[in-house]
Amino acid sequence: MNDPSRRRILSRIRSSLKSVTPENPPSAPAPAPKRTPAARIKHLTQRMTAVHAEVHVVEKTHWTETFKALAAEKNWREIACGSGHPLIDELKMAWQTDANDLPVLTPCTAASAPFKARLFQVDAGITSTMGAVADTGALIVWPTPAEPRLLSLVPPVHVALLPAERIYNSLAEAMTEQKWKAGMPGNALLISGPSKTADIEFKLVYGVHGPRELMVLMLV
Amino acid sequence: MIYPPTTVYFFATCLIDAFFPQAGLAAMRLLEKAGVKVVFPRRQSCCGQPAYNAGYVQQARQAARHQLKLFTSPYPIVVPSGSCAAMMKIHYPRLFAGTVDETAARRFAGRVYEWSEFLVRILHIRLTDCGRPVAVTWHSSCHALREMGVTEDAKALIRQLENVTMKPLKNEEECCGFGGTFAVKQPALSAAMVRDKVDDIVGTGAGIVLAGDCGCLMNINGALAHQGASATGLHLAQFLWERTHVPRADL
Amino acid sequence: MYRAQTFDFKKNVQAALADRRLRRNLRAAMDILIDNRHKAFPDAAALERLRSRGHAIKQHALNRLPRLLEELEGRCRENGMQVHWAETAAEANDTVLSIVRAHAARFLVKGKSMVSEEIHLNAFLARHGIEAVETDLGEFIIQLCRETPSHIIVPAIHKNRQEVARILHQQIPDAPYTEDVEELTAIARHTLRRRFAEARVGISGVNMAVAETGTLVLVENEGNGRMCTSVPEVHIALMGIEKVIARLDDVPPLLRLLTGSATGQIITTYVNMITAPRRKGEKDGPREVHLILLDNRRSHILADPELRQILMCIRCGTCLNHCPVYTRIGGHAYGHVYPGPMGQVFTPLIEGVQETGELADASSLCGACEAVCPVKIPLPALLRRIRRERAQPHSAQGGGRLKNMAEAAVWKGWALANVFPVLNQAAVKAGAKTGRLPTVAGPLKQWTNVRTAPRFADRTLHAMLNATGDGDE
Repeated sequence: MNDPSRRRILSRIRSSLKSVTPENPPSAPAPAPKRTPAARIKHLTQRMTAVHAEVHVVEKTHWTETFKALAAEKNWREIACGSGHPLIDELKMAWQTDANDLPVLTPCTAASAPFKARLFQVDAGITSTMGAVADTGALIVWPTPAEPRLLSLVPPVHVALLPAERIYNSLAEAMTEQKWKAGMPGNALLISGPSKTADIEFKLVYGVHGPRELMVLMLV
Repeated sequence: MIYPPTTVYFFATCLIDAFFPQAGLAAMRLLEKAGVKVVFPRRQSCCGQPAYNAGYVQQARQAARHQLKLFTSPYPIVVPSGSCAAMMKIHYPRLFAGTVDETAARRFAGRVYEWSEFLVRILHIRLTDCGRPVAVTWHSSCHALREMGVTEDAKALIRQLENVTMKPLKNEEECCGFGGTFAVKQPALSAAMVRDKVDDIVGTGAGIVLAGDCGCLMNINGALAHQGASATGLHLAQFLWERTHVPRADL
Repeated sequence: MYRAQTFDFKKNVQAALADRRLRRNLRAAMDILIDNRHKAFPDAAALERLRSRGHAIKQHALNRLPRLLEELEGRCRENGMQVHWAETAAEANDTVLSIVRAHAARFLVKGKSMVSEEIHLNAFLARHGIEAVETDLGEFIIQLCRETPSHIIVPAIHKNRQEVARILHQQIPDAPYTEDVEELTAIARHTLRRRFAEARVGISGVNMAVAETGTLVLVENEGNGRMCTSVPEVHIALMGIEKVIARLDDVPPLLRLLTGSATGQIITTYVNMITAPRRKGEKDGPREVHLILLDNRRSHILADPELRQILMCIRCGTCLNHCPVYTRIGGHAYGHVYPGPMGQVFTPLIEGVQETGELADASSLCGACEAVCPVKIPLPALLRRIRRERAQPHSAQGGGRLKNMAEAAVWKGWALANVFPVLNQAAVKAGAKTGRLPTVAGPLKQWTNVRTAPRFADRTLHAMLNATGDGDE
């Protein structure tokens, strides 16, 4: 590289460190305690509920019915979703085969600008997840071409579909089992609840710039 | 150190020497009562901490070297102050790292004990309370707490006195604001801190505040007196001696 | 409070101490943060192991800094990011400006970044007609009243709700006056949402950058960070070179230490890991991601084996929270971007020891900071070192001054008295005649503003023992 700043910075760092003998990297820590799958579900639910996420444990076989009921309860008029994921395909199928008055389901197939504007107007965005981390209580969300980044960020409600068998004990475990090192997505997220702040007098307020509500459908 | 020790050195600290000699005597007497001979090398002075903290390393070394040369026999060196003990035990090796005195400093440091730690962990002193019921509160001096880790030893000694009730401070571990030259260089900050400490002490209702460090005591007592508070501060050694012995003419 | 043209630390301290409301707000706030951290780490032994691990990770990263920076740059470029090296604050600012101009942006949205404060980015951009809109709620409030943040993590903590209500009502068109915190937050959300939607450029800091994968890790609770880094077409990430870590495996422990220490959370609402701009087929995300690596004296600091330890700092703010001095004066009194114990070490090293070394005097060396630092930086030792540098007339870091000379004379006299204790004893004897330490004038005078003067004993311990013969070998 012929960037002079880069050259000078690196050369100064090298000369600053010349008397340092490189040592081995820190060894791996003792692995975190492992919980049973049932305990993981319980712990995750507890953690997320404590920070005002809404967690519904639902049977895989009829989650779309539960979701319809929740959407009706909340009076949603329009829900944005992605595409190309088996769960989202199920969702679309459930919508198509239902003659009732349901909220509009808008898949993000459009190009960037128009759909971005749309997201600012829908009531909820629904995404799949890569799983969750039990010890800290967080969902793992990897946006994809089919499920864009803003889908879980801009709508006031984020609905997340979490298969219960993909709950890991810890972030370290998730990273290892899912082989993150081998290929990180452009954007990877851990999401533990609705957005919040305590910047004014430490009074906790939910719903700042990210979604006001996080609804987790834990599929068992 | 041979165990059990038969003889110890006593490093009184410059503040005890000039301002709280009674506490120094009490500390020596209690060591003797616990069964060791106490040697006080004459001409001992300051451990060097004030200069060290102010960044005047050469001068700190000069004072420290003087002490290194006085305590020549292989006895434990017992120090009635957490900050001075920490200076000698933890900081002397750093102060002299890379100098000709490094080895001597390390050997010296290895023999240093804070006074309450020595009484509890090495001598296993037993105390009997001769005094009337009284409420006290304990101020955790910063270096005693964080560098020497001897706060529990001090409290263990107090707890041996059955007529003494301990009332905890709200912010027991917060600095009193002395910090040696800090009180002189940053007087407004130091004043704010000691005022809060005094409010805390008065708030416990205890008549006596105990500490193991005379810098803290000087600071706290000065502020208590200035406010006309009835509470007063005592060095732990003096308090323990007074509680466990009938007053004697030479004290 | 703007940074003063001439920095009068003592004056700032006096003013802060006299401000009762500030002191009340601060005390309450720091007590909450201390308590939260305590609850976040219930197992003391586990915390110790975690801190040691954090220390090892950061130390290792510093020891291998040039290789890691090259690896980070290589990975980031492979992933489609652009990487810029800025030796100075000016260079970093110029780089940001040129990117902003290339996209014809008149304003940008900004997530919290201490480095951007360090280089005074907002003021620089303003001079060039570019508006930098702060989007973190605390920073947003501070910006509206033209102040600087007073705390690394909770920048508006010195303001109570009435003050915030007044600021929003006065500064935002059509905003009603309300002291309800939820309503105030809703006003901010509404106001900023439009800016997010319209912004062409978003700026953020970086909590840690993983060399192994070229990943930038950002933590936040509000969602404004994700908005700044995902909505606009361009994302600029500003990072001090010391923020690079070696491996993805290093992230979980550092994350836990950071969130637990900063706010007492086991995890923040969002952990945002950015590895690339918008990839082929993706519908959103920035088309360009620019990583600016800032030096600004860090490569110099690295040369000193002891002082280099300050570069392990992960900017959690917990040293501030536990500091009895910070608790009483707040961040503005320090007059510089980084307050509290870490700021008292870092500021002299980037702004000059003679110019700002006085900051390091505002510490009793109580050690509360060191006891809680998540990566075990020996802050009291570094503060002493800054004092030492300042005291040396010809040291690499410092330079002599008249005041230093006077103080040096005092210590020389003191050393003499301690090497020839007969001098000491004589001084005390003379002092005992007057009863009290002379506090009429000079540096000891202020002692008696709040305390009675210390009383010399009638006889020193030396004298007593000489009389009785006790303590002889």
